Amino acid sequence: MAGVQVSNVSRSFGAHKALDDVSIDFADGGFYALLGPSGSGKTTLLRQIAGFDFPDSGRIAIGGESVERVPVEKRRIGMVFQNYALFPNMSVADNVAFGLSVRGEAKAVIAAEVQGALDLVQLGKLGGRRPHQLSGGQRQRVALARAIVTKPRVLLLDEPLGALDKALRVDMQIELKRIQREIGITTIFVTHDQEEALTMSDRIGILRDGRLVQEGPPEEIYDRPKSEFAATFLGDANIFRGDATGSGILLADGTAIAAGAGATLAAGAKASCAVRPERIRIATDAGVSNATDTNVLKGQVSKRIFAGNNSTYFVDRAGQTLKVIVQNTGIERLSEGQDVVLRWSPESTVLIAAS
Amino acid sequence: MAAATASRSGLRSALPLLAPAYLWLTVAIFLPLSAMVFFSFMTELPLSGKPWTFTLGNYAAFFSQSLYLTLLLASLRLGLEVTLWCIVIGYPAAYVLAKVLKGRSREAIFLLVILPFWSNGLVRIFSWAMVLREGGILDTALNAVLPFKINIDLMYSYPAVIIGLVHSYVPYMVLTCYLTLQAIDDSLIEAGRSLGASRLQVLKRVIIPLSMPGLVAGAALIFVPVVGSFMEPRILGGRTGTFYGTVIEDQFVAVFNWPLGAALSFILLAVVLVILAAASPVLKREA
Repeated sequence: MAGVQVSNVSRSFGAHKALDDVSIDFADGGFYALLGPSGSGKTTLLRQIAGFDFPDSGRIAIGGESVERVPVEKRRIGMVFQNYALFPNMSVADNVAFGLSVRGEAKAVIAAEVQGALDLVQLGKLGGRRPHQLSGGQRQRVALARAIVTKPRVLLLDEPLGALDKALRVDMQIELKRIQREIGITTIFVTHDQEEALTMSDRIGILRDGRLVQEGPPEEIYDRPKSEFAATFLGDANIFRGDATGSGILLADGTAIAAGAGATLAAGAKASCAVRPERIRIATDAGVSNATDTNVLKGQVSKRIFAGNNSTYFVDRAGQTLKVIVQNTGIERLSEGQDVVLRWSPESTVLIAAS
Repeated sequence: MAAATASRSGLRSALPLLAPAYLWLTVAIFLPLSAMVFFSFMTELPLSGKPWTFTLGNYAAFFSQSLYLTLLLASLRLGLEVTLWCIVIGYPAAYVLAKVLKGRSREAIFLLVILPFWSNGLVRIFSWAMVLREGGILDTALNAVLPFKINIDLMYSYPAVIIGLVHSYVPYMVLTCYLTLQAIDDSLIEAGRSLGASRLQVLKRVIIPLSMPGLVAGAALIFVPVVGSFMEPRILGGRTGTFYGTVIEDQFVAVFNWPLGAALSFILLAVVLVILAAASPVLKREA
C-alpha cells in the first residue's frame, strides 16, 4: 500500500494540452475521485499514474518512489477498465489468476489467492465460467478481483460503473466502497458522475481543460466551491454576478447579496455568489420570517417540477431564473405564476472571485 | 414449437436468397467434380473414343509406385514450410497493421499487401525468375553493394519455389490475421500489462490465443492450395520442382491420362481432409 504524489505533471498531444501542471497528493489508503467533464484530462491523468503514457514533464511517485518513466508492468498497480477488459479466452478463475501466473507464483498459491479474491467479490462459485456467461455486474466484480489479487500498491478505476444501469450502479458503489475499506488500498477513481464522486470518495479533485480546479473533501468542495465551474459541476447552484462589496456583492439592479462563506474581496471587483437550491426557502409572502435569512428576493414561479419527495421551483426575477428545491414535508404547494419571496442566509452563500 | 415454425418460415423466405449461390455451386463445382470422380474409376478417357471399363487401377497405381507417396510427402512438407513462412512474415505485418498504424499510413501499407492480388499470377512468378536467376536483379544488386564477388543463383531450386509460393500466399495470412487482431480490444492488452505481464507475455497469453482463428483460417487457406500447387514449382523449381501437383498436371496436359490424374487428385483431397480433421480439435482448443 502506498500513497501517490503527482507533482507538476503536464502532457500535451500535439497542440492540445491534456494536462497542464497538475499536482495532487493522494493519501495512503484514501478513496479519491477525479471528477470532470469529458476532455477534462481525468483519464489522461489516470493513464499517467498507471504508466500507459508518460508525462512530458513533472514527477509521479508511488510510495515515495519516482515512477514517471517506469512502464506499467513494473509499477505494481491494479486497474479496472470501463469495459472491464476481461480476457474472453480464459475462465473467470484464469482471468483472476493472470497477474499471479505471469509472476510465476506456484499453482497452489495461485488457486488459494484466486479463490480468496473471488470470495471477496462474492463470486466464489463462478470461477469456472467464461466472461461472456456473466452479467455486467458480475464482470465488474471479476475485473475488480483480478485487479486486487496481485496486492497492488494502488487501485485505479476508469469509470468502472459507467456501463451499469442505475440500480446496479448504486449496489456496486456500496460494494466497491466495502472492498476498498476491507483491504485499505489507495484508490483513484475516474468519473464524470458527480453523485458517484460525492457518495464514494474521501476526497475529490475536479479537473477542467487539463487543470486541477479544486480538490478537497466532498463537503468542503460542495460548501465552499472556489469557482463558478466547481459550484455548478459538483451539484446545482444559483449564480449571482455583480460587484464585490467586501463580504458580498451588489447586483446590477442595486440588490445586495450577503455572503458568509468564501473569500473576502476588495470592493468594486467583479465577483459572483453561489447558493445551493436546497438552501433557499420559498414562501408566498413576507410569511414566516427568520432573522438569519437576511438575503431576500421577490420573484414569480415560472415552473414547478414534482419529484415525489421534493419539488423543484423555477423562479423568475429580474431576468434571471433561480432554482429552489423544497422537501415535500407538507401538502401546501405553490402554483406556476404565483408571486413568491425567496430567503436564505449569508452562511449559505459563497462569494467567488470572478475568474 | 413456435420457434420451429418461425425458423421454417424463415428458411422459406431465405430460399430465394440462397438459391442462386447453391445453384451456381452445384453447376460449377459439384458437376465437374462428379465427372472427375467418375473418370478416376475408368481405364480410358471416354472422349478419346477408345473402349473403357471401370477399374480401381488408378488408385492402386498410387500405392504400387513409391514415387507418388514420396512426391505427396514432399508436397505436404512444402505446404507446411510455406505456411510457416507465411505465419512468420505475415503475422507481425498483420499485427503492425491492426495495432500500430492508424489512418492514412495503414491504408497505404494495406494497399501494398493486397497489390499482388491485382496482378497476374504468371507475371508475378516470371518476375521472380528475373530476380532470382544468375545475373538477375538480386545477383547484380548484391554484387554492386558487396565488396567481394558472390554468385546468387537461386533459380531452379527449392528455395526459389518457397520464395515464389510465400510471395503468392502471404497476403492471405496478413488479411485473416489482421481481421482477428483488429477485433482484439486494446484495453485487453493494457489490462494484461497492468497485471504485470511483459509485452511478450501479453503476446503469448492474450494476443496469440485471441487471434488463433485468423491464424488457423490463414493456414488452411494457404496449406491446401500449396500442397496441390504446380505453377510455382514448375517455373521456379525447374528440375527440382517436381511435386505432387506437377505430376497431376502432367497427367492432364502432357500424358493425357485423365483417369490417373483424377485419382491422384482425389487421394490428395482425402489426405488434406484427414489432416485438417485431425488438426481441428487441437486448433479449436487453442482458439
